[in-house]
This record gives sequence, structure tokens and C-alpha cells, in this order.
Amino acid sequence: MTELKTETITINMGPQHPSTHGVFRLILTLDGETVVDVEPVVGYLHRNHEKIGEKNNWIQNTPFTDRLDYISPMSNEFAYVLAVEKLAEIEPPERAKYIRIIMVELNRIVNHMIAVGFLLNELGCFFTPMFYCLRWRELVVDLYEMTAGSRMMPNYFWIGGVSADLPEKFLPECKEFVDAVPGFIDELERLLTDNEILQMRCRNVGVLPPDVAVEYGCTGPLLRASGVPYDIRKAEPYSIYDRFDFDIAAGTVGDVLDRYLVRIAEMRQSAKIVEQALRDLPEGETATPKKRKFRPPEGDVYHRIEAPKGELGFYLVSDGSENPYRYKIRAPSFVNLQSLPYMCRGHKIADVVIIIGSIDITMGEVDR
Amino acid sequence: MEAIQGILEFIDQIFVKLSFWFSAQLANFLPDWGVTFIMMFATVLVLIVFGLASIIWINVFERKIIGRIQDRYGPNRFGPWGLLQCVADMIKLLTKEDVTPTKADRLIFNLAAVAPVIPTFMILAVLPFGRGMVAADLSIGYLYIVAVGCLGTIAIFMAGWSSRNKYALLGGMRTVAQMISYEIPMVLSVVGVLLLVGSLSMVSIVEAQGQWRLPFVVLQPLAFVLYFTAAVAEVNRSPFDLPEGESEIVAGYHTEYSGIKFAMFLLAEYINAFSICAIATTVFLGGWQGPILPSWAWFFIKTYFLYFVLIWMRGTLPRLRVDQLMNFSWKTLVPLALANLMLTALVAKLVPQYSHVGAIAFLVMNVVVIVCIALVKYPRWRRDRREVVLVPRTATPQVDSS
Repeated sequence: MTELKTETITINMGPQHPSTHGVFRLILTLDGETVVDVEPVVGYLHRNHEKIGEKNNWIQNTPFTDRLDYISPMSNEFAYVLAVEKLAEIEPPERAKYIRIIMVELNRIVNHMIAVGFLLNELGCFFTPMFYCLRWRELVVDLYEMTAGSRMMPNYFWIGGVSADLPEKFLPECKEFVDAVPGFIDELERLLTDNEILQMRCRNVGVLPPDVAVEYGCTGPLLRASGVPYDIRKAEPYSIYDRFDFDIAAGTVGDVLDRYLVRIAEMRQSAKIVEQALRDLPEGETATPKKRKFRPPEGDVYHRIEAPKGELGFYLVSDGSENPYRYKIRAPSFVNLQSLPYMCRGHKIADVVIIIGSIDITMGEVDR
Repeated sequence: MEAIQGILEFIDQIFVKLSFWFSAQLANFLPDWGVTFIMMFATVLVLIVFGLASIIWINVFERKIIGRIQDRYGPNRFGPWGLLQCVADMIKLLTKEDVTPTKADRLIFNLAAVAPVIPTFMILAVLPFGRGMVAADLSIGYLYIVAVGCLGTIAIFMAGWSSRNKYALLGGMRTVAQMISYEIPMVLSVVGVLLLVGSLSMVSIVEAQGQWRLPFVVLQPLAFVLYFTAAVAEVNRSPFDLPEGESEIVAGYHTEYSGIKFAMFLLAEYINAFSICAIATTVFLGGWQGPILPSWAWFFIKTYFLYFVLIWMRGTLPRLRVDQLMNFSWKTLVPLALANLMLTALVAKLVPQYSHVGAIAFLVMNVVVIVCIALVKYPRWRRDRREVVLVPRTATPQVDSS
């Protein structure tokens, strides 16, 4: 009997595809349903972010960073503002520091909720978990709107503080939200984690061993799910993170299920941090006196924070003028995405989709 | 009392009486063969109109329920409570450009858009919608349903293959694999019931349940679950909606279809989903039998309840992967259906028909089987639950510099 002749087929997944998180393109080589090779193609959302950042002045860049990872704008602003403050040696007032932590951690909750919702969506769960998660995101963006005036692009962090003090209603409403979060996460876990199909689909899919994850430069939940409890908030405490008591969640296997569980656990930890920050929130000023024209001294700086998706770093070079000489972003989505081909090989086409979902990318950040 | 019963009887038989009246009117001026001929066409027409009309209602029903599951309203703009949403959708689909890809196999491509609808309507012919309300009481009723149901597979495969689109091809391949695998448990699970009835006719299946004074779901609960699971896969509904798995292969076999051709696939899908619920009602839930309400009302109540379960599953369950789907069919459903069939045959020989002893024997048999499955198939992940590790301190990753 002669051997059956088979051929691989090449499929172009994206840039217009329901589950590539924006305009992300994958060239898949398939043997039947099994993935032989994956070639990610990025750049469809390239909009010259870094070059435009050089033309903007230092202050204008703050709202501009909102457009990077539009799901967690507060974290982007936080990273940029901290970098500039490090460069110009500005110390924001205590109250501003706490407000920043509250905003950023709320942002982490939102980001992880969306990540979990989208992951379930890609598992084929027709939008229901997504809507449940978005309902809670809604409460957070309401809080953003209350303080910053905008829901998605808040432009709330300013160099040397925050743009406005918290409104009166904020504290009780934020407290109410934070108290309700663990209950919601319990509900989510009850509905999702024990689901037979979810467990079947996510277990041992897209395994990323810790050493490979480190070599690819993965950070954030992706790295932690592989069992490396590395969190910049602990490793290199920036701002006032050393004052809070929280744990790092780490996985054991490094598959999609672990990433899901790590995100769930991180939401609980973030709620814990917000609770502590609300408790300790001091009175006082929220911003240092602002200057119309901001000129940091000459020099360069790299500052990184633990954004919801991983290490978000800004490398800024100042020549003493109103504009940054160089404005470089180390985007976590972009770096984490590198590990995609490694994780996908040998799995089915349906797994590729959930692996992308479990990396949690935003194309606004990948392509810049 | 008798008057009330008379009225109930009249309402119950209203459609049957209507058809008698109509054929009597025809008999006034047509020969016998002419009446038969016209009545045949009239019945077909009624079924097709019923099928199309029920889509309008099913579609809105489904979207409303899904909306509620997802904590939103669902369609509520067009018509009272959004009931005419489907009309608006249809107008939209009809006015859309009808695209045929240049590289597609034109004949098959266009034929494939019509093909899936025909078998779905053909299934409606043997369903007893009420007492005496069956278009054709075939003696091979269930066999006919299986045979006609298979045609849908070919149509979908035609669509997938002729589109000359790789997503459509993947969808088509998945369809064939899935539908053929799930047809076997679907048929085998019903064979137990057919053994008890001793006939394939859908009407006698309903009547046998009257004689048992119990719906077969009590006697054959396992078979009911097996049938319903396999049937959901057979009509490509969530969680077995792989052939059109939106998040993976865009729209599967109907990726390249637009406008009215796409609407045809949707139509076939909805009527198919309705038919499997109707078949499950007939075979397992006692069909049109029930107290007080007219028989057709009972039929529709039971069928729409099952349809609600379908929507519920669609709204809440993630999708299986293709290899898991195959495993589930061949390693779980088929052996179970075979076991159920053999045990049913055994018990049916041992106990008297239409007796309480028999019913209890069947129940005990099913409970034993279900407990056995629970022990054997106890999911592995429940034994080894995955938890995250919470560490208070960080570790700096070490990179092997060599």
C-alpha cells in the first residue's frame, strides 16, 4: 500500500478576523486541523506613535499614552508620568500617590476582567461571560468619568500629581465597588472555572515552561502563570507599592488555564490593594504647582512598571527642550506576543485562538 | 361538563376538521384523485408556511432569551416587543449584494445554498403536531427522519467545498466528521425506544407512550440525554458549533455566502433545531399527549421548552475542540448508546409491557448505568484541581547566559 499523500495548507488568519484582538495577522500552516507553524505579522495598526511622541511636548504625551493600551489607559499614563518625574526629579504629593495607586489597580481589575471575558469568548462562549465582565468594567469607567471626565481616555495623571482631586462621591462608590469585587469573582469562578468544557479546552494547552518564558522576555501574568513569581511591584517597588500588603499569584504548569487562574487571583489582590489605599488615603494637595512650559533637565531615563499585561517601560531622552528627544516604549503585549509561535505549534487551530486570548494583547500597544 | 369536553375536543381537532372541510369542499367539483392531489400540495404548503413563519418567532425568541441571559434586552425596536425583528433582518439580507466568488464552483456553490433547506422541510412531514395532525404517517417514520437528515450534511459539505475558501473548507471538513460521528449515537439512542414500541412510525411512538401512561423520558432517561446531546451536535448548535465556530474559522462553511443565500443557511439551521426538539418531544416527552390543553398546544409547549434548553446552552457553554468532539462521540456517546440498547432489549424481554413493574425496572436499569458512568467518567480535572500559588515575595528570573 502506498502511503497517503498529504499536504499542508496555509491559512491567512487576520488582519480582519473575529478573534485576533484587532488587526493582527497570523500566517498559519496547517496539517488538517493541527498547526505546523505560525508566523505572526504585526504592523497593521502602526501609527508612528513613538515619532509623534517626539514632536509632542512633554505634557502632551500624557494623554497620548492613553492610546497605547486603550484597555488600561491609567497604567500607561502612570508609567510615562513616573518616568518623566524620575527624569525631572519631581516628587508628587502623598495624596496624589495614593490616588494613582487606586486608579492603576482599578485598571488592573478591568483589564483582567476583559482578558477573562475575551478568553471565554474565544472558547466559543457566545459573549455571555464577556457581558458579565463588562458590566463590572462599567462601574470602573464610571469612577473614571467621575474623576477625570472621560471613560476611556482619562488623561488623569499629570506630571507631578493628578489633574483633579477625587470628587466627593468617589470614595463611597469606590469602596462599594471594591467590596463587591471578591463576590463577583467568586461568582465568575463558580460559573466558569469548574466548567467541564473550559477545563478540557484550557488544560495543557499552550504550555510555556518558565525558562522559555524568561528567554522570550515575557512578563506579567504570562510569566507568572509559568511559575516565575516575578512582579515589578515587588521586585523594584516604584511609587508607594512597598507600603501595601499583597501577594503575587503564580501558576504551576504555564498553560492557558494557569493564565486564567492567575488573572483571577490578581484581581483579588488588586482589590486588596485598592482597599488598603482607600483606607490610608491622606488629605492634602493632589499636584505640584504646574508650569505652562515644562522643560526637564538633559539626560535619559528608563522607568518600568508592572502594567496589567506585563512590564511597561518608557525610555525617554531629554535634550532640555520642550519635547522629548527620544520617546521609546517597551510594550508588554509586543514582547509577550513573541512566544506565540512556540506555544501554538502542535496544537489545533482552535487552540491558537485561545492562546492569543490568554496572552492578552492589545494591538494599540503591539503596533504603536 | 359534556359541553366543555365538546368544546375542548373541537379546539383539539380544529386543524384536522379544517382539512376535512377543505377536502369536502374540493370533493364537490373534483374527482377523488384530484382531491388527494390538491390536498397533498395544500399540506406541503401549510408545512412550508408553518416552517417559515415559525422562524420569525423562533429567531426573536432566541435573541430575546440570549439577551436576557446576557443581561440586556435583546431586540425591542421593530414591532411590538421587537417581534418583527426577523422581518427587518430578512429585508436587510434580501437587499444585500449576492456575491459569488470568482474562483468558486458556481453551480455547486449556488445549489448548496438551496440544498440544506429541502431536507429540513421534509422532516416536518412525519412529525405529529397533534392528535391526527401528521402530514404523512410513514411506517418507517424514524428511519425516514434519519435518512433525510443526512442530506443536510451533503449540502453543508457542498457549500464548504465549492466556496474555494480555506475557512469554508475547514468548516466543511469539520461538519462531515461531526455529523457522521454524531448520527450514530443519535440513531442508536432512539433504537431502545423503537424496541419498546415495536414500530418506527412516529404516531405509534406517541401512542405507545399513551399506553405506558408515561413518557419515554422516564423509561429511557439516558437515551433521552444521549439523543439530545447527539442531536445538538447534529444541528451544529453550541457547544458543538464547530463547523461555524465564529471565533476560530470565521463562519465556517458559509463564510463566502451573503444575502439571501446566507439567509437560507440560517433558515435551515433554525428549522433543524426546531425539528430535533420536535423529534425529542415526540419520541421521549410523550408528543402531543397531555391533560386539558389541546394536543397541538402540548406539542408546542414541550418543543419550545426543549428549544429553550438549546438557547440556554448556546448562551452559556464554551465550545469543544475538534478532537475532543470526536472523542466524546466515539468514546462516550456510542458505547453508552450501545449499552443502553442492549440493556433495554434485555429488560424489555424480562418485564411485562405497559406495567408499573416494567417502568420501575427500566428506571433502575438507567440509574445503574448512570452511576456506572459517573464512576468511570469522573473527570480527571476534578481529582486534580489546579490552584495558583500565592507568594508574598518576588523571585528574579535567572537567565542562562550560556
